[in-house]
Amino acid sequence: MDLNLLWFILLGVLLAGYAILDGFDLGVGILHLTAKGDTERRVMINSIGPIWDGNEVWLVTFGGAMFAAFPEAYATVFSGFYIAFMMVLFALIFRAVSIEFRGKSHSQRWRRVFDFSFFASSLLATLLFGVAIGAAMAGVPLDERALYAGGFFDILSVYTLMVGVLAVALFTMHGAIYLLLKTEGDLRERLYRHAWTGFGFFLVTYLMVTILTLVTIPRATANFEEYPWAWIVVFANILLIANIPRSLFLHKPSQAFASSCGAIAAFVFLLGIALFPNIVTSSIAPDERSLTIYNAASSQQTLWNMAIVAAIGSPLVLSYTAIVYWTFRGTVRLDPHSY
Amino acid sequence: MDVLLLSRLQFAFTIMFHYLFPPLTIGISMVLVHLGFMRLIRPDDRIYEQAAKFWTKIFGLNFALGVVTGIVMEFEFGTNWAAYSRYVGDVFGSALAAEGIFAFFLESGFLAVLLFGWERVGVKTHFFATVMVAIGGIFSSIWIVIANSWQQTPTGFEIREYEIHGQTFTRAEITDFWGMVFNPSTVDRLIHVWLGAFILGAFFVMSISAWYLLKNRHVEFAKRSFTGALILATVSSLLQLTSGHSQATMVAEHQPAKLAAMEGLYETQSRAPLSLFGWPDSEERRTKFAVEVPGMLSVLLHGDPEAEVRGLNDLEADYGMPPVWLTFQAYHLMIGIGMLFVATTVLATYYRMRGTLYEKRWLLWYFVFAVFPAFVANEAGWVTAEVGRQPWVVYPTVVDGTLQGGLRTSDGLSEVVTAEHVLGSIIMFGLIYALLFVLWIMILNSKIQHGPEPIAETPPDSGSHVLEAASARVDHAGSLTEAKEPPEPSEGKGAS
Repeated sequence: MDLNLLWFILLGVLLAGYAILDGFDLGVGILHLTAKGDTERRVMINSIGPIWDGNEVWLVTFGGAMFAAFPEAYATVFSGFYIAFMMVLFALIFRAVSIEFRGKSHSQRWRRVFDFSFFASSLLATLLFGVAIGAAMAGVPLDERALYAGGFFDILSVYTLMVGVLAVALFTMHGAIYLLLKTEGDLRERLYRHAWTGFGFFLVTYLMVTILTLVTIPRATANFEEYPWAWIVVFANILLIANIPRSLFLHKPSQAFASSCGAIAAFVFLLGIALFPNIVTSSIAPDERSLTIYNAASSQQTLWNMAIVAAIGSPLVLSYTAIVYWTFRGTVRLDPHSY
Repeated sequence: MDVLLLSRLQFAFTIMFHYLFPPLTIGISMVLVHLGFMRLIRPDDRIYEQAAKFWTKIFGLNFALGVVTGIVMEFEFGTNWAAYSRYVGDVFGSALAAEGIFAFFLESGFLAVLLFGWERVGVKTHFFATVMVAIGGIFSSIWIVIANSWQQTPTGFEIREYEIHGQTFTRAEITDFWGMVFNPSTVDRLIHVWLGAFILGAFFVMSISAWYLLKNRHVEFAKRSFTGALILATVSSLLQLTSGHSQATMVAEHQPAKLAAMEGLYETQSRAPLSLFGWPDSEERRTKFAVEVPGMLSVLLHGDPEAEVRGLNDLEADYGMPPVWLTFQAYHLMIGIGMLFVATTVLATYYRMRGTLYEKRWLLWYFVFAVFPAFVANEAGWVTAEVGRQPWVVYPTVVDGTLQGGLRTSDGLSEVVTAEHVLGSIIMFGLIYALLFVLWIMILNSKIQHGPEPIAETPPDSGSHVLEAASARVDHAGSLTEAKEPPEPSEGKGAS
């Protein structure tokens, strides 16, 4: 394995980490309007209170790693999707602000404003991430220098929007399952219903996106001929998804949560297989104009330096994450320091 | 409209807003470490716990704003400065990625324990988390200052060609990682930034404490907070004198045009004067109304009044002309505030040692407001560093009399982004940041008005009573919070 491939895989790990972790707290944001009363709402917000910030760091590090490992791809994507990224920033800022500021006043109007803004920004961010993944799958117009040659609306299509809706469904379900682990009583009973609804919604969009991908993006499955072992991940994904309703039915939320985490990781893996060796695929001339993990990469020296950084840093990161999740294990208890 | 100007305005605006928070949180984190340590060694003195809780809440608010405005910065390199990102990604990107892995995860993880862990972890673990958050902030500043310093004084790289689809381009590639990290300006600039952060954090704490003292509220709490912060501020202000001097000498060597702009020096001369005030006029190419100490600049930079200092007229052909007026004024503002801080912190320390500080109401009032110049000095330092290096985003190095390796700011723009895009996003950031600013002030104000929580009657938890005492406190506090909660929505609907 060469360093370029290693960094492609590590970016995938960062993306999967982000989608799994921020995925459930974005889902909690989308769901939290269904809470009844202020205490329930605070339980939901505080279920992600100590960790949402750390979850978002996965995105920041993904951005930093992409900048360092594949600067051409970073520059092309970020400048090309200017408006989309500004909207992502807008959503992320409002989300953070809503969580942080909501509990700072007891005024009901104040709290309602931030409740809505928390919901809307979580929804918008999820939708945009989905659209971005859809655009990566479908390819985008790149010119001969591999610069983005389209406008804002060129990344919006039936396909990319469908992937956006799929992301909303997936994260809503994932968030509901997460909340099953953190809540008790009446709220938890209702969350079971939300998890079922979320699963149904997810299943429908998942099947639609799968069919659309198979029909309209032949490139997406081309790599399976070369790497037949990748079928294992496809089957694992199907099994994991099937295990979600099973464990919900058996009232085993931790198993359901593990399954939805695994399914998200499998999705990211399948995205990687579909793209490889491209990072940004040109929709105009996929073979001549795409940015690959070789032509878009930094020098070997930098990739090597960063591999050392990652080798030292990853165990540390995993241990902090474990410490925090362990400290705040169990169901939510509101105390004077909660949001 | 000019996309270059708009992009520069957007970057300046978003980073100056962002830069309100990181120095503040780094500075306050030092105060938190001090309080946490005192709480550990003097468990019977409950005031340290009270103070730690209060300042942690303030810290958390500032930290959150630092994080959200920081994500914007990372995105902007790619969105607005794509050509720059392509050019420096190999070098700059690795510092940014290292910041993510080594600093952000550490900070955000232990921040959770710091903010929400009071009832869940012991005093020692909590102190450990406090130290880790402080170290995280320091690590973060290390990597970001490395990245910025490399652009000011680049080393450890080569300009190399690379190829995409048969076309060749050039970019900076790392040849020596530690050479990039320890470029000539990193250490000087890092110490300068840290001291600026400590001063700001300390003045912030002193401002609020002084106000409580003047209003005769939370007096014991305020005295302890004030004293600790005063020590930090005095030591940092004095050290900043040395650091500032070392910084100026380094700039003179590596970025001569920036130094000349800082001093408003147009003519190359020996016996170069140190200007105290002035009004650089780029039309007439001289600094009007200048109040100067003759020969002093030569002495400070080279230890010799006869030493020659090159002026802008000479340097322009090589380095281009930085915006002199803004660089000059920002630099002098920073120096002036620094001198004021040296004088006032030393005076306050003197009174504190004599035990008369808290009677000097005028001095306390000064400290209530001195936090504003502390913010201004940090921002002015940033302006001096960033405006003074124009028109370069990556400063060129002189090799055998020719400039090499620089990247002009105008060449760093995104190729595909239009002025309309940038204008739209400036308006968006303007509105959002105005809102954030108002909310920040409002919440800060309400936290200050509310003050620290009163010290609970229960003695510090010990032995078998730990669980009972903890649960009693949680229940008690929980019921207080619930009592203050707004009525459920069903009642409110009729009113709205």
